[in-house]
Amino acid sequence: MAQHKIFVPRDTTSCALGAESLAERLGQLIAVDGLPLQLVRNGSRGLYWLEPLLEIDDGESRWAYGPLCESKLEELVAARFWENPGAHPSCLGKTEDIPYLRDQQRITFARVGVIDPLSVAAYREAGGFRGLDKALTMQAADIVAEIRDSGLRGRGGAAFPTGIKWQTVLDTPAPQKYVVCNADEGDSGTYSDRMLMEGDPMALIEGMIIAGLAVGADRGYIYLREEYPLTRLLLDEALEAARREGYLGERICDSDHDFEIELRLGAGAYICGEETAMLESLEGKRGEVRAKPPLPAVAGLFAQPSIINNVISLASVPGILADGAVEYQAYGVGRSRGTLPFQLAGNLRQAGLVELAFGNTLRSLLEDFGAGSRSGRPLRAVQVGGPLGAYLPESQWDTPLDYEAFQAIGAMLGHGGIVAFDDTVDMSLQARFSMEFCALESCGKCTPCRIGSTRGVELIDRIRDGREIEQNTALLLELCDTMEHGSLCAMGGLTPYPVRSAVRYFSADFEPGAGNT
Amino acid sequence: MAALPHSTPYDESQLLAICERFKHEPGPLLQVLHAVQDCLGHVPTEAVPRIAEALNLSRAEIHGVISFYHYFRQRPVGRHVLQICRAESCQAMGSRTLESHAQESLGIDFHETSADGQFTLLPVYCLGNCACSPSVRIADATFGHVDCAAFDRLIADLSADSEGDA
Ligand SMILES: Cc1cc2nc3c(=O)[nH]c(=O)nc-3n(C[C@H](O)[C@H](O)[C@H](O)COP(=O)(O)O)c2cc1C
Ligand code: SF4
Ligand code: FES
Repeated sequence: MAQHKIFVPRDTTSCALGAESLAERLGQLIAVDGLPLQLVRNGSRGLYWLEPLLEIDDGESRWAYGPLCESKLEELVAARFWENPGAHPSCLGKTEDIPYLRDQQRITFARVGVIDPLSVAAYREAGGFRGLDKALTMQAADIVAEIRDSGLRGRGGAAFPTGIKWQTVLDTPAPQKYVVCNADEGDSGTYSDRMLMEGDPMALIEGMIIAGLAVGADRGYIYLREEYPLTRLLLDEALEAARREGYLGERICDSDHDFEIELRLGAGAYICGEETAMLESLEGKRGEVRAKPPLPAVAGLFAQPSIINNVISLASVPGILADGAVEYQAYGVGRSRGTLPFQLAGNLRQAGLVELAFGNTLRSLLEDFGAGSRSGRPLRAVQVGGPLGAYLPESQWDTPLDYEAFQAIGAMLGHGGIVAFDDTVDMSLQARFSMEFCALESCGKCTPCRIGSTRGVELIDRIRDGREIEQNTALLLELCDTMEHGSLCAMGGLTPYPVRSAVRYFSADFEPGAGNT
Repeated sequence: MAALPHSTPYDESQLLAICERFKHEPGPLLQVLHAVQDCLGHVPTEAVPRIAEALNLSRAEIHGVISFYHYFRQRPVGRHVLQICRAESCQAMGSRTLESHAQESLGIDFHETSADGQFTLLPVYCLGNCACSPSVRIADATFGHVDCAAFDRLIADLSADSEGDA
């Protein structure tokens, strides 16, 4: 009898919504009743309001069912839904026809939610390792040139051109070089790194191998946050699978190159996402930010030249090598080339991952994709780019999503997190939290960040109490300037952004009596 | 503080085995601390001089590292560690209410353990589960859409488990 493949995600959020017990139940039904079904655990498509999302493959298309609970699953099985997968009344249609997915440009996330993430064969079949095959035939300098020409900029937040960073590492002679993947994903409201590592870890592994070839590094580290236990499990298995198939270890793919990757865990410190603090942490020390120079590209991990890139940056590399820089360049606007996986979070009806070429608007993300607030109340403020990003009111939602346009309005795209708040939000409380978070996570090296943030909390408390509001607001803004200009890294340097934006765009929340509503 | 019922007794040979396993790797301290905490539930004070000796570091360095990272702790925790996300996406979906509810219903603040040794409450800043905020993590499981009622159900389930074990 023909076997149908059934996909049930194994992804942190899908499991939080019940995918694990659903898969277990389905496994039992298949075993006990001898159903002609093969259960595959995939990553998530990122349509989280539909999770747990079950897909069935009839050999031509994949049909979607979700959100699915166990009793609905049993109903489907009783109806032998696999015999005519698209015909059951609760079917959502073909997965790829769901507008939320259809209207995206999935490049980096092309395979996420589609394949079995732990299968090297499935990865290859879906176009994986083509980039590596090509890179193995190229000169190191040509690989770097390809990345430079693609216009890829770091997706971890700072948007620094990846090719330039790689060139520096290539040009610095050293006995040992490293490729370090920043998988700390500390920004609230972001989860694209997690989804990629859970849904297509081979893409990250391939990207790191190519990076190694490009600069002459034979060791890689992935610095993963401790908060992602399932990711850790899946990554470990993926690394093992890649090793078994000869993609890691000595003489990878029968070439003259060695490459090994080690996974190391963080320990709950936001600042360790900052690249030099991360290096300290990888070296087993306190995660204190290093002064630059030297650049990590010159003297990074264990004082050796090191590439440090975010998960999404590295996972974008295989596709660029496989299809060429020109193809990647074709997406995007201005100096923001390619795509960014936006992550819709907070108070939205359709939260999820939306990969789009740069240039769309925030409003389109919130309304067309997000479908407005989950609470049903009007949206009022949207924080873009993590805890150090500005809060934007509706008047700013038509700003094009590109790095420069956001910078021009005192905001940033960062790692692409979009957190929406409805009109019950108290913006002075949000500003207070930004300062509180900075005080909590400051590495302590510079005074404006370490002391200033605590001062900031006190000032906002006074304002919220209605004490000398005008004076204290002026002091708060002055403090923001001091922090911005007197901090060594973006922790203290950018905390003023959410605070200032709250004061500027939502001044009513700082007025007498507003604080305690 | 009396020893909590769920802390694993300190066993020096285990500790030395962990140090032995990692000491030849570059920059091994965080890995050692992770392994110790995985094993014992926390990093006991008496372990510090042993680790220092094995890794050829000063005690001050090790204390410095332990105190820097929120994750490492020097005191035992309860049987169940509950982490409530306090970050922005969860704030947008009511995590502040959830926090107060959790603290009130368990009778403890963040970083405290309930008198019966069952629950330790910790803050966390994003679990990458922001598409279904508010989020809570218990051991290695992450939960979404956790409003006060869902929180009470989680606690009831855990309490039932504990009784089953006793
Ligand atoms: C406080 C702070 C936290 C950061 N957290 C992260 C993070 O979690 N993940 C990340 O990739 N980059 C983070 N960054 C940015 C890194 O310092 C660095 O720019 C990035 O890892 C470089 O990789 P990319 O060029 O591929 O983006 C952070 C920066 C700062 C200042
Ligand atoms: S700004 Fe803050 S986090 Fe950054 S180096 Fe200074 S004290 Fe450390
Ligand atoms: S902000 Fe709470 S899970 Fe991300």
